[in-house]
Amino acid sequence: MAPRPLALLNARLVDPASGWDGPGALLVKNGKIAEVAFGGDLGSLSDDIETLDTRGAMLSPGLVDLRVKTGEPGAEPKETLKSAALAAAAGGVTSIVVQPDTSPAVDDPSVVDFILRRARDIELVHVYPAGAATKGLAGERMAEIGLMRDAGCVYVTDADRPIVNSKVLRRLLAYAKSFGVLVAHRPADPWLAAGAAATEGELAGRMGLPSVPPIAEKIMLERDLALVELTGGRLLVDQITTACALESLERGKARGLDVTATTSINHLSFNEVDIGDYRTFCKVDPPLRGEDDRQAVIDALASGLIDIVVSAHAPAPAEDKRLPYDEAAPGAVGLQTLLPALLAFHHEGRIPLIDLMRTVTSRPAELLGLPAGRLAKGAPADLVLCDLNAPMIVDLADLKSKSKNSPFDGRRLQGVVRMTLVDGRVVHRAN
Amino acid sequence: MSAPESGLIDVLGKTFPFPKRHFLSVLDLNPVEVSDLLDLADGFVALNRQTSKKLDLLKGRTLMNLFFENSTRTQSSFELAGKRLGADVVNMSPRASSISKGETLIDTAVTLNAMQPDLLVVRHASSGAASLLSQKVSCSVINAGDGQHEHPTQALLDALSMRRAFGRIAGLRVAICGDVLHSRVARSNVGLLQMMGAEVRLVGPPTLMPAEADRWGSEVYHDLRKGIEGCDVVMMLRLQLERMDGVLAPSQREYFRFFGLDREKLACAAPHVRVMHPGPMNRGVEIDSEVADDLAVSLIQDQVEMGVAARMAVLAALSARLDND
Repeated sequence: MAPRPLALLNARLVDPASGWDGPGALLVKNGKIAEVAFGGDLGSLSDDIETLDTRGAMLSPGLVDLRVKTGEPGAEPKETLKSAALAAAAGGVTSIVVQPDTSPAVDDPSVVDFILRRARDIELVHVYPAGAATKGLAGERMAEIGLMRDAGCVYVTDADRPIVNSKVLRRLLAYAKSFGVLVAHRPADPWLAAGAAATEGELAGRMGLPSVPPIAEKIMLERDLALVELTGGRLLVDQITTACALESLERGKARGLDVTATTSINHLSFNEVDIGDYRTFCKVDPPLRGEDDRQAVIDALASGLIDIVVSAHAPAPAEDKRLPYDEAAPGAVGLQTLLPALLAFHHEGRIPLIDLMRTVTSRPAELLGLPAGRLAKGAPADLVLCDLNAPMIVDLADLKSKSKNSPFDGRRLQGVVRMTLVDGRVVHRAN
Repeated sequence: MSAPESGLIDVLGKTFPFPKRHFLSVLDLNPVEVSDLLDLADGFVALNRQTSKKLDLLKGRTLMNLFFENSTRTQSSFELAGKRLGADVVNMSPRASSISKGETLIDTAVTLNAMQPDLLVVRHASSGAASLLSQKVSCSVINAGDGQHEHPTQALLDALSMRRAFGRIAGLRVAICGDVLHSRVARSNVGLLQMMGAEVRLVGPPTLMPAEADRWGSEVYHDLRKGIEGCDVVMMLRLQLERMDGVLAPSQREYFRFFGLDREKLACAAPHVRVMHPGPMNRGVEIDSEVADDLAVSLIQDQVEMGVAARMAVLAALSARLDND
């Protein structure tokens, strides 16, 4: 039985697609947005409609997170699609793109199919697989990009692994373009980055940690941009985190290249000092950067040079984190903290709310051609209702992920997700 | 020996406070504590030269040597230090046993902790390993070298050797030369010597110098002769042979030619210069035998002797805290 229609009243509607940030109301019916009243109300409502007075909470499209890792298939004790979906729902994230570096890797249409089937059974948030760009993520031979696209993968990537061979990436960009498939690539010079656990600089030097200079990101990005120019392909820059690489990105965009860039909430929220006394929960890949780089990344987000923010959700169980720093697994869970952590820039008055929300809703949705990410009549009712000013302290016990490796542990944030809807179904409701 | 009061050490007739539980980094110490430890170590040097070397300060205590990396020298130094203070000493080399079966560092530590040691001496190939262990066990942890991070007892014994040779540390000009990048000895020495008022220089090829080492408060030199000019102490660092042959330096002979310490280059230092090396030495790579074996300039044998005394001082200092637990 379809749920009763739901009217969300007295909300602060934030819809980056239309540019609206103001009061309004919204009607959900049959899994779709049946009506949006920007600046007004819905008029008289029939008795069968359930109403909810949101008391001025933010109502926006649910978040679309382009970079999520789970452990399924292959490492289910770390994270399953279900536990990741629960975390997403609790964090107001209604669409997730799962990375292909599973075991087996998502380099075959049958694995794409497996993930989609599992996601359908779980019936929480939308799960979209990203396919491997190369067979076995080995960076050598192209995966079946066309077949995986038809099976439902939304872009291709070798996830954390840079594709070293320039000829392979050139062919990928050219081939994928003809299928309308986006290629995501991690800009990191693999030789400079080999074995690194931290960003090169005074701190890593003093701590005696193997480190990578920030320029390694720029070196690889410059090559990638040149190949985009050569092939006319579409590139998604997977997590830009340094000021020097931003210069390259800016020039590439100015030349009209079809390039979109993400950064992670970790690199917006933390700097290298947070690894402090070898705090492995802050070990991420790419490693946390210096404060100058973090500020440059925030500025680039504000100016729109960086298009999209991802959670870079990467579960790692305690046994993989409670190791000496250079041996510990990189990665941080982030689905549940993405929205409140991002809102920090709104509360600081640094970036307008609607611009922040664009980077996690309409912009990623448009990039992948998803129907979600907007408050429009007929669009899927993927929504998040968030009490912008409510304070919270991140407590690992509240995280739905099977792994609790959050660098935000104990951090004070502002913004509590009250309710998450996916296709009109309530998938999360705060107590 | 009378029972010490809260946080006080009373050894060899001297009393001073040492409220620390672990000995992980020279940066945890202050200059007064370093001076006190050096005074204490001085007393142990005298003791160690007697026929009867044994005290009962750590009687009934268990010291566990946990060496994930082989080091005969440091391990036996700690073993002797423990035994001379009356502790029972157990040596573990997990490399040969459980660690290769997939047991993590923490697992090993928790297992050993259950055997109720009082002092755990740890050497590990990863930076931060000793600090990590100290968070998981209930005994005192002593860092005997963690990756490329710190080797604080080495810095203490080096300071002891220098103070005995020159009568002071403040104002000494010390050049630390060679593979600074991979050296925990260098990091601990820079911290401790600067704290005690010495002028520290770092000398080595750019490939063996950490990024932004010039911000450590030390002058950085890429020319050995210029770097040691006027120095009271030249401390050579060990260069792992596998880091040569074109990886970080083109060849052994080229390295020796430009960065190896021989008599001719040593002439650039102060006339009364003393040469140090944490050992084991690569003769003919970073140091010429003629210099290393010249007892008029070399403190290298002294360093080994001071090692036992300095470690006894650390164990004695930590034991004051143990008695109050």
